[in-house]
Amino acid sequence: MDGQGLAAAASHKPTETREAVVIRFAGDSGDGIQLTGAQFTAASAAVGNDTATFPDFPAEIRAPAGTLAGVSGYQLHFSSRDILTPGDRADVLVVMNPAALAAHRRWLQRNGVLIANRDAFTSKNLAMAGYAADPLSDGTLDEYQLFCVDLSRLTGDALQDLGLSSKEVERCKNYFALGLVFWLFERKPDLVLREIDQKFASKPILREANLRVFRAGWDYGENTELFRIRYRVPAASDIAPGRYRSISGNEATALGLVAASQKAGLALFYGSYPITPASDILHYLAGYKEFGVRTFQAEDEIAAVCAAIGASFGNQLGVTATSGPGIALKSEAIGLAVMTELPLVIVDVQRGGPSTGLPTKTEQADLLQALYGRNGECPVAVLAIQSPADAFACAYEACRIAVQYRVPVLLLSDGSIANGAEPWRIPDAAALPAIDPALLDSAEALNGEPLQPYARDPETLARPWIKLGVAGLEHRIGGIEKWDKTGHISYDAANHHAMVKLRQAKVDAIAKTLPPSAVTGPDSGDLLVVTWGSPWGSALTAVLELQAEGKSVAHLQLRWLSPLPADVGDILGRYKRVLVPEINNGQLVKVLRAAYAMDCQGYQRIAGQPLTVGELKAAIVEHLPA
Amino acid sequence: MTAPAPVALKPKDFQTDQDVRWCPGCGDYAILAAVQRALAKQGVPGHLIATVAGIGCSSRFPYYMNTFGFHSIHGRAPAIATGLKIARPDLQIWMATGDGDSLSIGGNHFIHLLRRNVDIKVLLFNNRIYGLTKGQYSPTSEFGKKTKSTPYGSVDHPFKPAAVAVGAEAGFVGRFIDVDAKVGAEVLAAAAAYKGTAFIEIYQNCNIFNDGAWDHLAVKEVRAEQTILLEHGQPMLFGANRDKGVRLVGTRPQVFQLGHDGLGIGDAWVHDAHDADPVRAFLLARMEGPEFPTPMGVLRSVQRPAYDELINAQVAEVAARKPADLQKLLDGPHPWLVG
Repeated sequence: MDGQGLAAAASHKPTETREAVVIRFAGDSGDGIQLTGAQFTAASAAVGNDTATFPDFPAEIRAPAGTLAGVSGYQLHFSSRDILTPGDRADVLVVMNPAALAAHRRWLQRNGVLIANRDAFTSKNLAMAGYAADPLSDGTLDEYQLFCVDLSRLTGDALQDLGLSSKEVERCKNYFALGLVFWLFERKPDLVLREIDQKFASKPILREANLRVFRAGWDYGENTELFRIRYRVPAASDIAPGRYRSISGNEATALGLVAASQKAGLALFYGSYPITPASDILHYLAGYKEFGVRTFQAEDEIAAVCAAIGASFGNQLGVTATSGPGIALKSEAIGLAVMTELPLVIVDVQRGGPSTGLPTKTEQADLLQALYGRNGECPVAVLAIQSPADAFACAYEACRIAVQYRVPVLLLSDGSIANGAEPWRIPDAAALPAIDPALLDSAEALNGEPLQPYARDPETLARPWIKLGVAGLEHRIGGIEKWDKTGHISYDAANHHAMVKLRQAKVDAIAKTLPPSAVTGPDSGDLLVVTWGSPWGSALTAVLELQAEGKSVAHLQLRWLSPLPADVGDILGRYKRVLVPEINNGQLVKVLRAAYAMDCQGYQRIAGQPLTVGELKAAIVEHLPA
Repeated sequence: MTAPAPVALKPKDFQTDQDVRWCPGCGDYAILAAVQRALAKQGVPGHLIATVAGIGCSSRFPYYMNTFGFHSIHGRAPAIATGLKIARPDLQIWMATGDGDSLSIGGNHFIHLLRRNVDIKVLLFNNRIYGLTKGQYSPTSEFGKKTKSTPYGSVDHPFKPAAVAVGAEAGFVGRFIDVDAKVGAEVLAAAAAYKGTAFIEIYQNCNIFNDGAWDHLAVKEVRAEQTILLEHGQPMLFGANRDKGVRLVGTRPQVFQLGHDGLGIGDAWVHDAHDADPVRAFLLARMEGPEFPTPMGVLRSVQRPAYDELINAQVAEVAARKPADLQKLLDGPHPWLVG
């Protein structure tokens, strides 16, 4: 099949230009929704749009077909200008069955385009989705531009002579939907066609089938009277020049870890136990063995972190990652790393909690656990990723700090960052900042003095990271309180007091190296919005829109949460109000109130979903001083 | 990795300047001395050895060994040692643990260490009691045992550690009594030479909270009658006069008197430590008094590839045929240019 022919084929239908479009695909977990969305995203990035995605899928792998529990969604925001979020509401919703409509209808704008697979609106499927009558014909969808397409039948028609089973035919229908929306938004089909070629290289019949169905979807848009116009979203013009790729938060995290290990000259040791949504980091890293990455799929969360600590003791870069309850299981071992003052990076891809909670949904409710959730006074460095592409820099920075300060660093990600994707400006590998592990690797460096495993670097307060296997450097560490300098066991009261203060001072010392905090907006004014983690995009967009409306509002994103940058208190004091939106029950707002004794206000919606620009604008306006 | 040539060492080369803080009369002293003697004999210097431990009396071991040492957290020594061994296959790793540390709180890590066959020597000090927490029953305490936490007697069925080890696919299982320096030296030497997880159960006396727990085997007068020293390829004979044997009737061990009922040395079970089938090792691991003599020595020594070698070989194999191009990795398959 000639893909170029498709793209080049002159359409006889008019085109309307849009600045940005949000499209959402929804269907059964088995309908290939995530794949469909990812292919549309790749095609959008390829034509130069800025993109941001939000996959929204269930915890069940294959819940019974047609049920609400089994609905998988994928939202893409593609734009002709720089965008920061996957979009509040969809301009276009494609639903493969009644359950998908029922579950995702609330995300569709009024007057939005709704494309429904009419063949799936059977009485059985309607009943499973809780519909007493067929919504496609009873007028309940009048507020949308409804397009009923016989997706299943048309797919079957296109494949009539191929001798495929009805199940195989059914599995091709997502390509019909993809072909149709590719036509509708003038996407170039070459990437999809290449993917089909590669994916089905060993199954020529299925390759032929999917190509045909994709084309049938495209032709359907062009040839039926149903669709009168196409939409064009031009290439974005305000994106910084450079080389880009599309990347998810989990993949960017994995790449940041590998890059840091390469720059530090340390082998990366990654201990992990499978858990949603962190597992993809393990999957990526397991494939990077040529970079010396050792991945260890441990028997449990505790073993995963402990093995990473063991590897750090052995002078590798020890990293572990988890989600949800996994971070609770690791907390005792994190305390051991604090006590033994070894480099360790812990990635927490936050999900809805407590307990098992909402495994596939996003949340920011582990902040207080990250800061304080261990026995004893147990300070670690904590930083948070703000968007999928930002994960690379954060993971890199986490490793750099862990190595330089011999301290555990907790890197907070979340479900929406982990699975969301956006274009990433690819860094020049050679220009990445240096990381010097500065191992103590020779007894001669001691100049005849006895080895002091807990001697201190005056700048960082870090103890030496001692190379194992070197004669004269034999030493012992452990979880019992240590004398400073000698590292011997100590139960001495004054020493314990001093060591508690010292471990905190070590983390606090990191603040000295942090750049000044960058506020977006006026230096002082009516209201400052402070966010951490993934609400960055929605909050910043909301603030920029309100600034354009003449409001005196500014935005501050906190990457570092422990230590807090030294200038934060001063910045907060320059605004009449401070608003802290979070996807938790008010955690950073507590921290800021405690740290600066200021009347910061919180905004929370804890629904397993990103905060929207619209709700944040409303919240900001509500909090503006009269 | 080729082993370095042995060097001349003395047990005191493995002693540290730390005050040993076990109770006077504790069986741990004898074990520490036995390990230091074994390491000296082996000839691997302390800087090429790491000692890793969990929590408990036995787990203070690393402080008293002039090697690299890590005294970690309760039950987790196998996981820490696994990470360390993967990172540093050049180091010989000894792990000190106890019945509570390995079979209770760390049970999961313990079985997975054995299953993976990480090249680590495991010294399990079995005193059948919680010592450091002052006298609660442990997962190896006998049924009915009265302790601080079981004033009416324990209703917990105990583990047989060696049987757990065999069940978890252990390739090497050895056993000795703290007071038996001779057998201890043999078992420790065999464990030191073994490539893979070498599990050693040491019957250790806690003279404070469970004094005499192993007296029925340990005291000189009964040891020959109540234990049997296993030797590979040799018939299983025991008794002060070596007048008793163990034979296998089907899959059931049976004790017999030499010369009685027409049974002689030729009827005795010949110990095969290298038997790949774990069934007989499991029978040995479960044998105990009063019906049977308790086996000492090397119950099982079967080689299979060590996990740390496999994981590092895989990395080396991939690295040899795929260039590590960081820029290419960052670029991904479909980069595009803006501006």
